Amino acid sequence: MKFLENILHKMEPNFSKGGKFEKWNPLFETMATFAFTPKLVTQKGSHIRDGVDLKRTMMTVILAMIPCLLFGIYNTGHFAEIAKGSSIAASYWDGFGTKFTSGLIVVLPILVVSYGVGLTVEFIFGMLRGHALHEGFLVSGMLIPLVMPADVPLWMVGVATVFAVVIGKEVFGGTGMNVVNVALTARAFLFFAYPTSMSGDKVWLSGQEVDGVSGSTALGDLASFMSDKPVFENLDAYYGKYSLMDSFMGMIPGSIGETSTLACMIGAAVLIFTGVGSLRIIASFFAGGFVMGMILNAVGGNAYLDLPAHFHLVIGGFAFGAVFMATDPVTAAQTATGKLIYGFLGGFVAIMIRVLNPAYPEGVMLAILFMNVMAPIIDHYVIQSNIKKRLKRVKTA
Amino acid sequence: MSESLFSKKNRKLITDPLTDNNPVTIQVLGICSALAITVQVNQAIVMGLSVIFVTMMGNVVISMLRNLIPSRIRIIVQLVVVAALVIVVDQVLAAFLPDLSAKLSVFVGLIITNCIIMGRLEAFAMANKPWPSLLDGFGNGLGYAGLLVLVAVFRELFGSGTLLGFTIFGNSLPGEESGLYAMGYTNNNMMILPPMALIIVGVIIWVQRLRNKELQEDH
Repeated sequence: MKFLENILHKMEPNFSKGGKFEKWNPLFETMATFAFTPKLVTQKGSHIRDGVDLKRTMMTVILAMIPCLLFGIYNTGHFAEIAKGSSIAASYWDGFGTKFTSGLIVVLPILVVSYGVGLTVEFIFGMLRGHALHEGFLVSGMLIPLVMPADVPLWMVGVATVFAVVIGKEVFGGTGMNVVNVALTARAFLFFAYPTSMSGDKVWLSGQEVDGVSGSTALGDLASFMSDKPVFENLDAYYGKYSLMDSFMGMIPGSIGETSTLACMIGAAVLIFTGVGSLRIIASFFAGGFVMGMILNAVGGNAYLDLPAHFHLVIGGFAFGAVFMATDPVTAAQTATGKLIYGFLGGFVAIMIRVLNPAYPEGVMLAILFMNVMAPIIDHYVIQSNIKKRLKRVKTA
Repeated sequence: MSESLFSKKNRKLITDPLTDNNPVTIQVLGICSALAITVQVNQAIVMGLSVIFVTMMGNVVISMLRNLIPSRIRIIVQLVVVAALVIVVDQVLAAFLPDLSAKLSVFVGLIITNCIIMGRLEAFAMANKPWPSLLDGFGNGLGYAGLLVLVAVFRELFGSGTLLGFTIFGNSLPGEESGLYAMGYTNNNMMILPPMALIIVGVIIWVQRLRNKELQEDH
């Protein structure tokens, strides 16, 4: 490592103010601080308990997303084989290597486009504003591919990434200043801009459609219960295609990384254990969704409304949204009570949109974006009520 | 009194609203209609011309009446003048451009409530002579129309793949795609929706303030 440090030291004068490559300083600084601690460190008395910084936080989140990514790749591969009509498609775990490879062929380009485009935009803004590349995009760049349908055209991923980084983040001042979640901004943009590529039953399987293969998702099929022509006769027929266990494991079609509730829960454990993600938000998000599910059950009327509440928690992007999207520390509520309210309402509204407006099957995305906007208001009232309570205590004492 | 018709001061009345004092991007007035009728360029042009006419004529009429209007009822008098002008525009459009008139629907009538017009009447025509008022009305109307057309160009080009109704990117009909559409390009549906118009106006405001530091607010 000493060897690398020496090289960087020698290069540094070229990049500092007045040097030959002054313009490229952001790039140099980014690379240098990836490998080594910056020279400017506090010498004494700063009461540091832990050297955690933005980069390490971001790396932890990425680590937590690895199970979702790996499972997503395999799942995408499995359904790509089904779409091809190959023989290994019959059983889920048959032909492990082949399926993983064909999944990788689909997912890797999306991942590369997301990171490539996003980091380029971030870098341009870094150069214009004269600061090092912010780490903020590391997580967004991973989240964006995980919430895309497998069949999404790559140029759309690129356009959405540019839109999300510029309009979702840089407009507000860059990393840590954004109002809404960047990855969800990208997804919402695609959802409204190119609806035919983001919803329906044609986009979830990668590759050529084979006759007789239905590419619909659990949510799409469930939404048909709300119309005159349901896909299934009743819920028993629905369970036949999407059993609770399959939905929990994630062996169903859907966006690349969102299907597996199990993988999301492994990620949640990592986030909670390291203190990066908020247990309050995750738990209350699930609670909110469950309560709304129970309310819908109590109302009843058609098969979708009668779907047991716990089913809602394992299909679609509910778990993924709760664990990775709602917990985004920048856009979530900051106060402890606020986090509970924020999470609960998020889950509540997500199921409400999902069931009561079949045109928007993925209510989780819209619910989290909505709660992102509401988070500062929630915090404001939590703080005000706290101040009032404490003032009362002072006055009565 | 011996000031020429197009003195430097009078020219500024027209040029200022086009750039550093644009009614839409700087004063942020007339946003509603900028969102509503910028889906197609020809709608934006007709709307812009209508507003130019109303601001110009309204400014002239109010400026001529300015010493006669009791200040307590001046808003009502201004409204009557503007409403009369808007009805003239509405009827002319309905008579000569019935298709566009149907598309613009209520938004021509709603020019009455356009803040730019009332703003110019209150801020300028009530205190200035008819000729400068005419120029001021023309400038502000043109500033509004220019922005409208700019937004509409983006929205029509990327939302429908056309400009003024002419196809730019090729044929988008399913089954007989040509040009860019044959390569997998798709129209951006969000451009048709009003939120995208707001975002485009926002980006224009952003770029304008980046280029001119004096326009940036402190906080």
